[in-house]
Amino acid sequence: MVSAPSTYSSAPILEGSDADQLLRVSLGPQHPSTHGVFRMNVVLDGETVVSLKPVFGYLHRNHEKIAEGVTYLSSMPYTDRLDYICPLSNNWAYASAVEKLAGIEVPERAEYMRVILAELTRLINHTAFMGFILGDMGAWGSALMYAFRERELILDLFEDLTGARMMANFMRFGGCRNDLPAGWAEKCSVLVDDYGPFLDEMEKFLVGNEILLARCQDVGQLPKETLINGGITGPMLRAAGVNYDIRKADPYGIYERFSFRIPLGDKGDCYDRIMIRFLEMRESLKILRQALDQLPDGDYVNPKIKIRNFKPPVGEAYARIEGPKGELGFHLISDGTVNPYRYRVRPPSFINLTLLEDMCLGLDLADVVIILGSIDIVLGEVDR
Amino acid sequence: MEAQPNTPATSPPDKPARWVMPGLGLFQGLAVTGKNMVQSFYKKERMTTVQYPEERAPISPNFRNFPFLVYDNDPKAGLRCTACSICEKECPPQCIYIVLERDENGKSLKRPKVFDIDLSVCMNCGICAEVCPFDSIYMDGEYELSTDDRFGGLLFGLDRLSKSAEYHMKLRPEQASEVMARRKADEEKKAAAAAAKIAKAKADAEAKKAAAEEKGGEQ
Repeated sequence: MVSAPSTYSSAPILEGSDADQLLRVSLGPQHPSTHGVFRMNVVLDGETVVSLKPVFGYLHRNHEKIAEGVTYLSSMPYTDRLDYICPLSNNWAYASAVEKLAGIEVPERAEYMRVILAELTRLINHTAFMGFILGDMGAWGSALMYAFRERELILDLFEDLTGARMMANFMRFGGCRNDLPAGWAEKCSVLVDDYGPFLDEMEKFLVGNEILLARCQDVGQLPKETLINGGITGPMLRAAGVNYDIRKADPYGIYERFSFRIPLGDKGDCYDRIMIRFLEMRESLKILRQALDQLPDGDYVNPKIKIRNFKPPVGEAYARIEGPKGELGFHLISDGTVNPYRYRVRPPSFINLTLLEDMCLGLDLADVVIILGSIDIVLGEVDR
Repeated sequence: MEAQPNTPATSPPDKPARWVMPGLGLFQGLAVTGKNMVQSFYKKERMTTVQYPEERAPISPNFRNFPFLVYDNDPKAGLRCTACSICEKECPPQCIYIVLERDENGKSLKRPKVFDIDLSVCMNCGICAEVCPFDSIYMDGEYELSTDDRFGGLLFGLDRLSKSAEYHMKLRPEQASEVMARRKADEEKKAAAAAAKIAKAKADAEAKKAAAEEKGGEQ
């Protein structure tokens, strides 16, 4: 066994004697597996991964620094572009951070709307994930098309409500931007009813597939302790059997009112990660059903909040939500002016990505792509 | 905070044993594909493609893409914009550029001399429309904005941004009629206030005159 060569030089160097040559492969920075502009410097011993260094920052857009230069409201559309698969969860996390900072109360109807939108976003994210992970395994086409077909139905709802399919810019401090249009809740209700059969179909399509089983089972496991110490959150942590979901552990919004369960895996391999997401979608449907049934009338935004020249008091606040990918938090420090003094995002994708090398060592190169897919990253959020 | 009780009963369902019957899972998946393929020829919810330039999917009434400025009646004099620059300040990517028009004495005419929005920078968030206190800027639903002119073609000036109140009414009837009603009420209030002011001034003058006459009479 020779030691791994330095990972950051460029040429694909062969080292060692003929018997134990190491090969450096640069995966990316073009879409290595559809997840964005991400590069992995992998050192291989034959097919086996000896070392893996992620290189990111290709999509860095200076999100946090820009936010220090614009008003609190103006940062809201930028949060859409963090994790562009699920903009509405990002909106909520940011809005709740500002609400905590300024002590703003949210009307009940707005809370319900937020829960509905966040759970629809979770459906979108996990559905798209199913398509992507199948793409990673080589099943390009059908799975992604089925997933995106259903995702588009939810995006249509978002367009009716917010005016944009993805870049919603919808949550406001103390509520939401506009009320649900007439008939929206009924349309959403129909969608929630139709989603179960789609999940059944998708599950039938995937779960028993021998190729999927062969490629996902017992791949990319890590001990629970490592995951917890690494700060991993979201479905990845729960797939390993750790019962940690912020909706239960530190309830925010009105999640305490709904009855739902947190699915847990037992092994923490890629297969568990896929199945956990299926089960989470089913729990999301339960929450959606309850929220739509209970949806009250009232204000959709706190009427006391002024939209122009919004200045929170001096102080700092950290608010977090259970995003579809894990704990999404915003830390704000205010100096009493219209701009935040410091604005920090805790992105789940980025922190979940930190254990990529530990998961991949000793496995084949082909497994790396699946493990990366099973983490479910979005580079907009990783690089910010 | 302490973790709330959770019954972790929903662990992944029985995993199919891997090689009980090799190929069964694959066959099941293929059946789903086949079903989708066949149904995509006749079932409406599975026929999702729209042949774009020939046919268009209906856009939602809330759909927003790019801002426009509203004018009443006259494109220049009727422009509602007062060049207050609130949208310029609030615009997240700072793509709005406004110059206030002044007369030769340097007095503000309360209308924009230059109002530019850079399409290539704009991120269609709609915050300008939201913060405008003069009901002047709204989001358009026009989405075919591509051009072969890289620089001038993407910079929208007053001539291309200004659109009539009728256009707004056609685009978003609900919002526009609400705005029109509010503006009309405001105008009436203003007119009433002005009339009251004039009446008051007149009454004051008359009272003064009467008082003066009285005084004169006394003398």
